[in-house]
Order: sequence, then structure tokens, then C-alpha cells
Amino acid sequence: MVLAEMPSAGDEETGPFVNVHVTVNGAPRSATVETRTLLVHFLRENLSLTGTHIGCDTTNCGACTILLDGKAVKSCTILAVQADGREVRTVEGLETDGKLHPIQEGFIEEHGLQCGFCTPGMMMCSVALLQKNPHPTEEQIRRAISGNLCRCTGYVNIVKAIQHAANQMAGPSGGGRP
Amino acid sequence: MTVHGGVGQSIKRKEDARFVRGKGNYVDDVKLPGMLYLDIVRSPYAHARIRYINIEKALKVPGVLAVIRGKDLEAANLAWMPTLMSDKQMVLPVERVMYQSQEVAAVVADSRYAAADGVAAVEVDYEPLPVVVDPMKALEPGAPILRPDRKEQTNRIWHWEVGDREGTDKALKESDVVVKENLYIPRIHVSSIETCGCVASFDAMGKLTVWMTTQAPHAIRTVFALVAGLPEQKIRIISPDIGGGFGGKVPVYPGYVLAVVAALKTGHPVKWIEDRSENIQADSFARDYHISAEIGATRDGKLTALRVKTIADHGYTDAAANPSKFPAGLFHIVTGSYPFEKAHVEVDGVYTNKPPGGIAYRCSFRVTEAAFTIERIVDSLARKLGMDPAEFRMKNFIPPEAFPFKSALGWEYDSGNYQGALRKAMDIVDYDALRKEQAEKRKRGELMGIGISSFTEIVGAGPSHTFDILGLKMFDSCEIRIHPTGKAIARFGTKSQGQGHETTYAQILAEELGISSEDIAIEEGDTDTAPYGLGTYASRSTPTAGAAASIAARKIRDKAQKIAAHLLEVSPDDLEWKDHKFQVKGVPDKAKTMAEIAFAAYTNHPPGMEAGLEAVDYYDPPNLTYPFGSYICVVDIDKETGEVKIRRFVAVDDCGTIINPMIVEGQIHGGLTMGLAPALLEEIHYDENGNILGGSFMDYLLPTAVETPKWETAKTTTPSPHHPIGAKGVGESATVGAPAAIVNAVVDALAHLGVTHIDIPITPWKVWKILHEKRAA
Repeated sequence: MVLAEMPSAGDEETGPFVNVHVTVNGAPRSATVETRTLLVHFLRENLSLTGTHIGCDTTNCGACTILLDGKAVKSCTILAVQADGREVRTVEGLETDGKLHPIQEGFIEEHGLQCGFCTPGMMMCSVALLQKNPHPTEEQIRRAISGNLCRCTGYVNIVKAIQHAANQMAGPSGGGRP
Repeated sequence: MTVHGGVGQSIKRKEDARFVRGKGNYVDDVKLPGMLYLDIVRSPYAHARIRYINIEKALKVPGVLAVIRGKDLEAANLAWMPTLMSDKQMVLPVERVMYQSQEVAAVVADSRYAAADGVAAVEVDYEPLPVVVDPMKALEPGAPILRPDRKEQTNRIWHWEVGDREGTDKALKESDVVVKENLYIPRIHVSSIETCGCVASFDAMGKLTVWMTTQAPHAIRTVFALVAGLPEQKIRIISPDIGGGFGGKVPVYPGYVLAVVAALKTGHPVKWIEDRSENIQADSFARDYHISAEIGATRDGKLTALRVKTIADHGYTDAAANPSKFPAGLFHIVTGSYPFEKAHVEVDGVYTNKPPGGIAYRCSFRVTEAAFTIERIVDSLARKLGMDPAEFRMKNFIPPEAFPFKSALGWEYDSGNYQGALRKAMDIVDYDALRKEQAEKRKRGELMGIGISSFTEIVGAGPSHTFDILGLKMFDSCEIRIHPTGKAIARFGTKSQGQGHETTYAQILAEELGISSEDIAIEEGDTDTAPYGLGTYASRSTPTAGAAASIAARKIRDKAQKIAAHLLEVSPDDLEWKDHKFQVKGVPDKAKTMAEIAFAAYTNHPPGMEAGLEAVDYYDPPNLTYPFGSYICVVDIDKETGEVKIRRFVAVDDCGTIINPMIVEGQIHGGLTMGLAPALLEEIHYDENGNILGGSFMDYLLPTAVETPKWETAKTTTPSPHHPIGAKGVGESATVGAPAAIVNAVVDALAHLGVTHIDIPITPWKVWKILHEKRAA
């Protein structure tokens, strides 16, 4: 192994850097990052929100799916600077006041997860779907999550989990919950 | 009286509480102070001499701290490492690269981004060498010798055979009907959604801790100790939450070793996490079997003999993870669900300029290859005889009363009821009605097919007289401690990657100990705390560690019985374990629960007895387990596009005693999807220059929710006679059984055109081409 010579102070040439301010799960957060920093790395490494996962490098797997201004996006394909001044919601923001979101309950009740790695992205994608379409058909659910890959479950129970959440959110107890 | 969370209950999973909150702790979530990042320079060539590696520019990249080359490792005798199959593998090459995307150098930097910059700045000059990608050509005289480091100057790694060669030849010659098929089972990739990676860190006392995506942490610790010469007590492997394994996280990959070397040399913790493209181009490859199978029968449809010859493409090194006595894994389960009198199997392992292959794809050591072969060729034979494939199977199955059954190739099947499973699948799918519908559709020119697969698996490796990996016997373990308040912790030598061990192991213990599963914590994956075991793969956790849980719990019960007798002032022989507590025989009111006994074990134990209530068991299974099932797949084929649509798929599985029906069903759903994947979608293909075609998720197609049908599952239950609770293991059955059902269905839809086989993956293009060649479109 060949070690690099340690640079002297002020010798570093990384960057350029930029301040990014994002509202994450309702709270203002900011960090100074390289302009090339991906949103997923900003969330995971600068903000220590490691619930958002990375499963590929080609925007296929959806493990990094988050909500950006309410819309499901793959945070591996967005720069942190593009989220500046906007609202991000991650899996860590689903539970409120100690109560799980219906989608989280759905995944537990219907055994919609196994290894748990795709689960946060899958749930965020589902939340976006249910906001747009509170009563999706099975076909619509399958289309909606087709940008999110799961290797463990075979999707059958994920579909059920989303239906479970849809029913809960439509019912008297969960009505109108975002 | 049932105990809460006992065996057979569909309780919700304990582990979900953290996963649905995004609070899982996967390797890439581990963050240590001062941690550095390692990234890898990879070869664009499949075979080339390295003229030079220039690292000057890379060392000047801001944030880069070090670069590691093969010659740096050679100085420490670490350029090569042993594989689990006693072959050897380069950590980094000194002279030659042997496959595209091979590791060539490693860059260590203070951030992921700087490490990637450093990788881009490393200059490597290559001299391309002749490439061998076809294993048949690799065996031809005059082919370039890919591994001149070996004594044997040939690309044949090994030859392995089992069975009665002459007897099989004779039986086939004397058979009224013989069918031969050449089946290629392509190279595929497990692609767990989490890739591989680790964080390596040395503390001030020189102790190494590695957080690592490994399915077998204890074996890895021993391998590290043997290879690196580190004292084993100074190595701690922690396998945290694992984002899917499926076999791809059993071997040791060069990246892990590089991270450890980098941590040692820099004095900082070092993280290595591979990208998906690196993962899919360089490690975790499975299958690549070129199979030629011949099967014989009498005129009236009674099977006689089976002969199978296989060329196994292992890439440039044999880095599979099979038990050491079985270089082709358990491929000789290929006689399947049938009582052949004669059979013979031979397999030749071959080197090519591809990454190491032969690792599992959610199956126990080549069992999918075997099940696919037999279930495919049995179908061909039935067709040649003009018999219905269901009727043909029913006629030939090993009958239920024949168990335990000794197969022609030496396995002793523990239990089975193959007729029962197929009958159930046929009833659910309404087989006769489907055949009628198919006949009508065929008259109208519509393409519909029905495919059956009645597979037998072999899992739970394995008995120590036959099974070891690098000499380590394939037992597994459980250690239980019952706390004074009657709550418990149990640790295991296995490691869940999504199977739900925290829930199902607690259920076994709840049943055995009469403690609610809620009150039993399960831990795995930390070699400093868990008892030694060989890990989780090959559907072995329930057959081995699950059995250890039962036996360890029964050891605790033995001691608990004496404590209960002391408390009740009776003889231990006066007590019976009933309704999950110790009762005085015939006096149910006089009883002690495990919680009461546990408290006494620490506060009021009998004189002369050790305090505490603990036990450990290292379980050496007396035999393997043989799960089985019958699957029926119904497909419709679009004549315009060649697209195969799975209309229905009925899976009847028998995995013996079921611990948690919800989890078992989930395992089957996932396995079926990983059976569908290679049948219709997935293949890692190489061009003649060894360039990988399909090296990212853009080209390597995992099934999405759209391609995946709504699986229909059902069960029969035939307990294993030798497992303490009769369980057999289930994680891989569906992956093993599903591909043949799908291919048989497609061939069935096209059989009237003279089609007898289509190699997987059956893409729309392949089907469209056949339809046009046969002028059927």
C-alpha cells in the first residue's frame, strides 16, 4: 500500500461546497456539502437518516425512494442542491406521535417485508400512491410499485400491505391521514 | 393449552418493528469516528497482462490517503487467498487479470466521492490476452491454460462422478424408450437488494472488528484467522441486519480483505460498499451448468435409468461454497421424486475467463440444477410415451410407504408423500378442466400450456460424517439463558437475512419452554457472543440450529424438572411436562411454571446443584431433510409478441412441521419469484471477448410487481422423522421447484409444433422466433 503525502493546511482542493437547507420530516435541516452530493448521501451521511437505502446505481431499484414536496422520487438521482428550500419526507417521518402510519402497520400485518432493505422505499412509494389514489386496484398498485424492486417477498404481501393501508386510511380511524 | 407464540402460530414478526421505522442497522449504516472509504479499480478486460499501474495522479487527488496494488499485498503474502473449495483466488492481481471487472487496485480516501475520484485517476496499462468464455472450448486441446499456477496444466478443475456407470448404460440400452435433452442453465446473479460490503476496524489492543454482509460469520472469522494469521480471539465478525443473502453473501470477496488491509495500514476504520454494478459484474454468480441428460422407460411408462453429464463453468477459480466432499454440491439429488434403480452422474468443473461462479442462487448446493433437469426430462419422456405428465408422475413416484427411501445415488430420503402433493395441486388448479380448455384453444390456434414440477429438495447440511466446509463440520448451535424473572435470551450460530429468525426461533423455544415468544430475545451474527455455527444458507437454519434450539431447551427442561421437584417436594420422576409446565402426575394443581422454576434457579436452587438455568447445544443432524412439493403453472402465450403470461401458478409445498405459517408462505412467495426470474428474465451473458452483457439493473432484469403473478399456495404436512420438531426448512423449495413448472408449461403450449425444450430464460424473442420458424404466428 502506498500512502499519499499528507496535504499541508489550506492545500485541499475539493468542492465547490454549498449550503443546503431542506425541511426534512417537518424540521429544518441544513449542511454544507459538495455540490455533487446526491440527495441520498446527504440524507444518510450528513443527516444520519439511514432508513433511506441504496440498492443500485442506475435508478432501477427504488430502495432510496423518498417524498420530495409530496412526490415519490428516487433520491439517488437527485442532487442535494436540487432539494434546497424544499420538503423531504423519509421513512423516519412516517410514525407520528408514537403511532405508526397505516402503511407501516400494513407491512407488519400482511408480512410485506422480509429483509427490510427495500421496505422504506416501498412504503414511501406506497404513501405517494395512496395520496393520489386512495382506493387503488391491485393492478394499479402493481404498476405503482414497479419501480421498486423486492427480492424477498414476491410482492404478493406488499400488495396486501398497501391494500391494508388503503382500507385503514379510508376507515373512520385513519380517515384523511396523509 | 397453547403458549403464546408457540409452534404453528402465524404471529407477526418481531424484527419488523425496527425495519418499518427505517431503524434497521445494515452495514452501510455503520459509521465510526475517523472512518475512511475504500473504492476499487476494476479491469475493463476479461484476460490481460498488467504492464504497469501508475498511482501517482491518484495519490494527488484531494482526500486520497492510500492506494493498494497486488504487489503491495504480495509483500505481505496476501495477494492470493484460499477459496472455500480449496482453490485460490486473487485479492489483487500481480501479473494478470482473469475476468472483466476484476479488482486491480484499491483506493482509500476520506470520503466516498474522493475514493471514486482516486479510482478514476489510477492508470493501468493492459496487454490483452486470448479470452476463453466457452467452457467447451476451454477443454479443447490447445486452449490457453488459464491457471498456469496449478500443477495440472488443464482448464479442467476436477472430474466428479457418482452412481453405477455400467449398470446405467446397460439399463438405458435395454429401455424401450430413451429421451435425451441438452439443457443449459445459465449464469445468474442473486442480486439481493443490499450489495456486499464491510467496515473493518482495529482497536488499540489490535483487535479487529468487521461489520460484514456475511451469512456465515463464524466460518469467516476462522478463515480470517487462518489466512491472515491473526489470533482468532482478536477477530470479531459482526453480521448486522442483512439486506438479503440468497447464497451471495457466503464467500469471501476481495473487497472484504482489502478493507481489513487498509484498516490495518492506515490505523483508521475503513468502509467498503460495492455499487450494484460492481456487485453484478464481479461476485455472487450462480449456476452456469451445461447439462446433457438421458432417461429411459419401459413401453408402459415405468422409469428405468437416468444418466447425466454436466460441464460446470466456474470462471477463473472454484470459489463456490459447497461442502468440501461435493464439488458439484448435492447435484446427485437429480433422481428427484422417482425410484430409479440405476443412475449415473458426472460433472466436470472448468475454468474460463469469467468471475468466480457456482455460488448458490437461493438453493441448497446445485439442487435447482438437479430438480430442473429431472422435472424437465421427465416431461419430455411422458410426451414421447404419449402419456399425460401428471399421470406419468403419479405412476412413477416413490410411494409414501417406501420412506425412508434410499436413492440410486446414495441419499436416504427422510419422508414424503409425493402423490398427495400433486393430487392437491391438481384439485386446486382443476387440472382436467384446464386440459379440456387447452384442447379447445389449440383447435382455435391459441397457445396455452400447463406445466408440472414435482420436485424433491435436499437441505439442512449436514451430518458431520459427510459434511464440512474447509474441514469445519456443518453442525449448528443454540445457547439459551433463562433469566431469574423467567425471560430468556438465545443465541445462534446462524444468521437471518430476512427469514425472520428472531420470530421463528423464539416460537420453537416458546413451545419447548412454556415461555411466551415475546419474552425470548434472539441474537445472531456476533462471533464474540453467539455460539459457533456454520451460518444460514442451503435452508439449513431450521434443520440444524432450529433443532439445536429444541435440544438445548430440552436440556434446560431436564434441569428445570429437578428444580420443580425440589420446589414441590416430590421426586423428579413424579413430574410430567404438560401444558407447558411441570405438573405432579395426576395432580394438575400442583405445578410449577418455567418462570417460577427460573426464579428458583437463582434464588432457591436445590443443594448440590449449580445455580442458573442455561444450556447450549451443538446439533449434528443425523440426516438431511427432504422437503418436496408439486407446482402447476398455467401459461398463455401471445402469438404476436412471444410473451409468456403466467395465468395461474399453484404451489403445494411440504416442508414438514410448520413453525409460522405466515412466514412459510412469505418464503414460498419469494422463492417462487426467484424461480420465475431465471425461467423468464435473468441471465448473465458474456460476449466472445468476455464482456459482461447485463452488468447492471438496466440489463439484468429482476421481476417487478408487474411480471410477478399472484402466487397461489397450499400445503401438505409430512414431518421429518429425525428432526426434533419434524421441521424440514423451506427458504429455497420454491426457487428449486418453480423453473421446471414454468418451462414445462411453455413447452406444453408449443409441443404440437414439435418443440421439446427451450433454454432459459424464455424471453419473448426466443418464443417469437420459434413461432416464426414453425410458421405458427
